[in-house]
Amino acid sequence: MNRIDKLFTKLKKQRKKAFIVYITAGDPDLKKTGKLVAELEKNGVDLVELGIPFSDPLADGPTIQRASQRAILSGANIKSILQMVHSVRKKVKLPLVFMTYYNLVSHYGIKNFVKDSKNAGVDGVIVPDLPPEEAKELIGAAKKRDFATVFLAAPTSTKKRLKNIAAKSRGFIYYVSLTGVTGTRTRLPSDIIKNVKRLKKITKKPVCVGFGVSNPKQARRISHLADGVIVGSAVIKVIEENAKSKDLYKKVSKFTNSLRKGIDGK
Amino acid sequence: MRKRYKLPTRSGYFGGFGGKFVPETLMHALEELEHELKKALKDKKFQKAFGYYLSKYAGRPTPLYFAERLTKKLKGAKIYLKREDLAHTGAHKINNTIGQALLAKKMGKRRLIAETGAGQHGVATATVAAMFGFVCDIYMGTEDIKRQSLNVYRMKLMGARVIPVEGGSQTLKDATNEAIRDWVTNVRDTHYVLGSVVGPHPYPFMVREFQSVIGKEAKSQILKMEKRLPDYLVACVGGGSNSIGLFHPFFNDKKVKFIGVEAGGSGIATKKHAAALLKGEVGVLHGSRSCLLQDRDGQINIAHSISAGLDYPGVGPEHSYYKHIKRAKYFAVTDRDALRGFRLLSEYEGIIPALEPSHAIYHLLKLAPRLQKDKIVILCLSGRGDKDIDIVKEHIKFE
Repeated sequence: MNRIDKLFTKLKKQRKKAFIVYITAGDPDLKKTGKLVAELEKNGVDLVELGIPFSDPLADGPTIQRASQRAILSGANIKSILQMVHSVRKKVKLPLVFMTYYNLVSHYGIKNFVKDSKNAGVDGVIVPDLPPEEAKELIGAAKKRDFATVFLAAPTSTKKRLKNIAAKSRGFIYYVSLTGVTGTRTRLPSDIIKNVKRLKKITKKPVCVGFGVSNPKQARRISHLADGVIVGSAVIKVIEENAKSKDLYKKVSKFTNSLRKGIDGK
Repeated sequence: MRKRYKLPTRSGYFGGFGGKFVPETLMHALEELEHELKKALKDKKFQKAFGYYLSKYAGRPTPLYFAERLTKKLKGAKIYLKREDLAHTGAHKINNTIGQALLAKKMGKRRLIAETGAGQHGVATATVAAMFGFVCDIYMGTEDIKRQSLNVYRMKLMGARVIPVEGGSQTLKDATNEAIRDWVTNVRDTHYVLGSVVGPHPYPFMVREFQSVIGKEAKSQILKMEKRLPDYLVACVGGGSNSIGLFHPFFNDKKVKFIGVEAGGSGIATKKHAAALLKGEVGVLHGSRSCLLQDRDGQINIAHSISAGLDYPGVGPEHSYYKHIKRAKYFAVTDRDALRGFRLLSEYEGIIPALEPSHAIYHLLKLAPRLQKDKIVILCLSGRGDKDIDIVKEHIKFE
């Protein structure tokens, strides 16, 4: 059983929901990313999604686009990110999942990507521009090494598509709360409840909800229906605003703690 | 009987190229589009409507013109120009936008969005939006807004909103990113009118089908004029829609050679060019697997070309396939030589071409003189040059 499966089994027993945070590796630099991961673990985060920055992130809104640009400029690439993860893995126990675009994975070589990621201590991958029908090679390589492949489900997915997404997903299923790109929203669409219920009827695998979730109140609402809550852009904003400040870790911790409390209903 | 060309496959592949690499949110829309498209292609009523607008609105068929003086000048093969510059809005782009607008109407969409580089596709989309009554938003890089300001104004005159894109290279690639982001957000009521044979399946297939009118007309015209098929077809390749449109109907005529001309920018030995087929590696961008300019890490390189319409780091998957199976040959022509082609056609034929086909025109200087006088070359003159006058003014000065 890999770290992700263990996490969800444990949380289920505790009747708790997973708190997942996305940060872009290399924003503001890889050293700080390593330290941020350790801080996130101490401050209520159950799983970290590490973004490998891509020049053309077409599923992302302005916040993560900017983070990706900063990260690329800081010199982050798959190789340097793997080295960072390798050393961070010695300090943290939480599951780590890569999130990146398909060109980077296919350019690196799918088998090597899975092998090297697994060896560095990464537990799975999310590729937002790779629907399950194009993912045969990745799924095959990942299965061999117990490496999770998390696919995305959307409000526009048909039942047939949801069934396939659920069948192909390992680790968890990423439900995209809205039609749109990543980024904070003041309001989340009202059809989330119906759509998550629809998905949960199809599968027993954990369903985590992301895109748009930006404050404790929204996180609380999501935690009622899903197995996990994913927050990205809202955390990136805190990193962006404090990138050069000594208080970077303190500010990020404070924010993730508030989200954790929201999820736990405290 | 020869085997018929049946690509793409059901999953949208031309050999190893193509596919559907998009966020899940768009997958259903692509399935729906494919379904409607396949129905429409078999539907006589749809074909009749498409033909009607192509003829009565866009002014087709466009002439196949024998460029007599240019032929004499180059002292070789007979040169024919397929005059897409004479189609309504001044380029071949209108063929595709009419087709897609008719489909969007059938699918009940109320809004059209598009990316544009040179502005020709943006103008063609704004045009059909005005004619059919769609709301219309066009994404365009700020660099292109500057260099193609005439087309920006034309789009606005027809009621479209032109949304400037600041990100990245501020050109076609980034406009496409932004258009896809808009589509992901508004997919329920919006149709994305992609302007070239790029993007996820069924776009490369759909745009080819709508642009094939170029090659079908050219074929019947040349058979009438010369009583035989041409020896060469020549066209510029950015994403590759005018070239595929010309080439595709001749695919099974194995004696007809295809030549695609990419934008060589400052030269393909430099980093400043847009020659994805000649210098790219296979990768995935904007929804399909094809040749792509990228760096060691797989980050997309910024393309460079004097012509905004060719200034794109990728190329349609069917071109990658044509190159792979050696059905077509590809060359690159630099910015400087494209300007020479621009001038050549203006001075010898009284036709001011767009900078995009000017690349292909320059290639004629290399090709035509070494061919015998009874050989026939058809060049796709994909658009007119009015939009480029401001750029050309900076390079060609008169006393």
